[in-house]
Amino acid sequence: MEENYDVIVLGTGLTECILSGLLSVDGKKVLHIDRQQFYGGESASLTLSQVYNKFKPNKTPAESLGKDRDWCIDLIPKFLMANGELTNILVHTDVTRYIEFKQISGSFVYRDGRIAKVPSNEMEAIKSSLMGFFEKRRMKSFLEFITNYKEEEVGTHKGLDLDKNTMDEVYYKYGLEKGTKDFIGHAMALWPNDDYLKEPARETYDRIILYLHSVARFGKSPYIYPLYGLGELPQGFARLSAIYGGTYMLDTPIEEVFYDDDGKFTGVKTKEGVAKAPIVIADPTYFPEKVKKVGQKVIRAICILNHPVPNTHDTDSAQIIIPQNQIGRKNDIYIAVVSHSHNVTAKNQYLAIISTVIETDRPHVELEPAFKLLGPTEDVLMGIAELYEPLEDGSKDHIYLSRSYDPSSHFETTTDDVKDLYRRVTGHDLVLKKRKTVEEEESLACE
Amino acid sequence: MSSNKQITAVKLVLLGEAAVGKSSLVLRFVSNDFQENKEPTIGAAFLTQRCTIGDKTIKYEIWDTAGQERFQSLAPMYYRNAQAALVVYDVTKPKSFIKARHWVNELHEQASKNIIIALCGNKYDIVESEDNDASTENEDDDSRKRKVSVQEGQTLADDEGLLFFETSAKTGFNVNEVFTTIGKHIPEATSSENAAGQERVDLTNRLDSSSTDSTCQC
Repeated sequence: MEENYDVIVLGTGLTECILSGLLSVDGKKVLHIDRQQFYGGESASLTLSQVYNKFKPNKTPAESLGKDRDWCIDLIPKFLMANGELTNILVHTDVTRYIEFKQISGSFVYRDGRIAKVPSNEMEAIKSSLMGFFEKRRMKSFLEFITNYKEEEVGTHKGLDLDKNTMDEVYYKYGLEKGTKDFIGHAMALWPNDDYLKEPARETYDRIILYLHSVARFGKSPYIYPLYGLGELPQGFARLSAIYGGTYMLDTPIEEVFYDDDGKFTGVKTKEGVAKAPIVIADPTYFPEKVKKVGQKVIRAICILNHPVPNTHDTDSAQIIIPQNQIGRKNDIYIAVVSHSHNVTAKNQYLAIISTVIETDRPHVELEPAFKLLGPTEDVLMGIAELYEPLEDGSKDHIYLSRSYDPSSHFETTTDDVKDLYRRVTGHDLVLKKRKTVEEEESLACE
Repeated sequence: MSSNKQITAVKLVLLGEAAVGKSSLVLRFVSNDFQENKEPTIGAAFLTQRCTIGDKTIKYEIWDTAGQERFQSLAPMYYRNAQAALVVYDVTKPKSFIKARHWVNELHEQASKNIIIALCGNKYDIVESEDNDASTENEDDDSRKRKVSVQEGQTLADDEGLLFFETSAKTGFNVNEVFTTIGKHIPEATSSENAAGQERVDLTNRLDSSSTDSTCQC
């Protein structure tokens, strides 16, 4: 086989699969290759045996954990914001045809040694056990300010300028306590650290609005999650790409990369032969010499439980955020809890995946506050990942590289990377168009 | 159609070697049409068709491979929750029959235990005259002769517990029969499945039950 393509994509992680799908829909001829036998790369969901093979190769999973294939364990724990950009892309590309979503039942935050539900409106703020009597009223006024704020009505600005005043100044105006700032900034605006306090309030405002609108969309929490795990996402976008003519080759290592005299990418050689294209998009693992360390390492601990997480009202799924200040750290700790109700575990089993940025040389000890919240575990599988980003933007060698998946609790940074790559590759911004309806595509097939 | 009838949605997946007529079979079933030398399908791999069998209506959601079978790169998603599968081979191509065995094994491994699998020996139209008249054996074009006997197909089907048909997307021979027979074997949707369905969120917030999909005359 010697074939010509418009774009070659290496790695079937979520970022690469979304780009592959978008470019195929744009009419580009795409060849998409993965060296591994399964879709998803770093963002795959694996079975129990695959996960043990990766993290504990000398141990076999306990029989009490049930059937291997009932498990879909995410390597990168994240949730979708119901009103976030990934949801937007899913809807516009109609990849929602292939994937079913359910809500994540609860959003919890750690304060003063225990966890409580994050209040998502003024009523919940009044009832919340997170705050004392007077603080509840202050929180209520703050939320009223956020939800009533209208750009064109100066009266709703309450004397604040979101582009000039820092978030710290906004908090000060409402007289909020340190612990309340922690859960607003970290469990609602979802900042991973406290750098935002000194920045203009605008972005934090936007993030709180995203949180509140996402909660309002379906009710229980701002998060949604695909049945059978996050690994469905890359598969869904790969299917979109294939339907629009994309060619898929799994289990196909790259034997050689070809360049022209100017050092520009021209193609790759695999067991199937040579494939040529003027552009390649890849995850950092395919071009290790063209990426650098971000300087952050992420620890992720997959905890298998046979009980719901204590103090979450026996919820089947939850996001639990431990803000950095609460435990004297620089980075938040996230716990993503999922279970059988999202078809990712065997019956009566739960998965709690803890993640954070490593700050010391004893990373497992850093996770101690999270382990305490979870209660007894059946087993814990831990991995540490170095984060990478591309050295160059790809304009010189036509090699366009994605970033590693960061420890954030949602996909907003992933979709930022998708948009950035799309712009670098095509030279213009991504404008999402509504995909043809089922009926229109049917008539296409019947032409 | 009456609205009080229960409509059972059935995910049906197509499997088989390239160019055995997977898309053509579906095209014949969905729009009673056939195209010679059809190009591989682009931009269309999700077709729906209603089928009324007695007092039940089945809405087939038909998934085409979209070419992902070419380099053995079908995603687990493809098999997920499939209630029925069509494994297609070409009666003039022995290699496609070997491949059919492979797909049946793959389905036993990847798909749900109670999936209904129909094995279809397609392009029956090419061998029809040969079957009816033994004296045409001296025909020159070897590629237009039967290479997989009915018995071979039937034996594979019996061994693996499959429904078996020889079909022709070109003439329409047996095509509706495949889908109605599958439909007869589909169990009624259980109430627990419906309850689980209600918890799912609709990201599109638009009605999915479009009134435009047609009903076949089977």
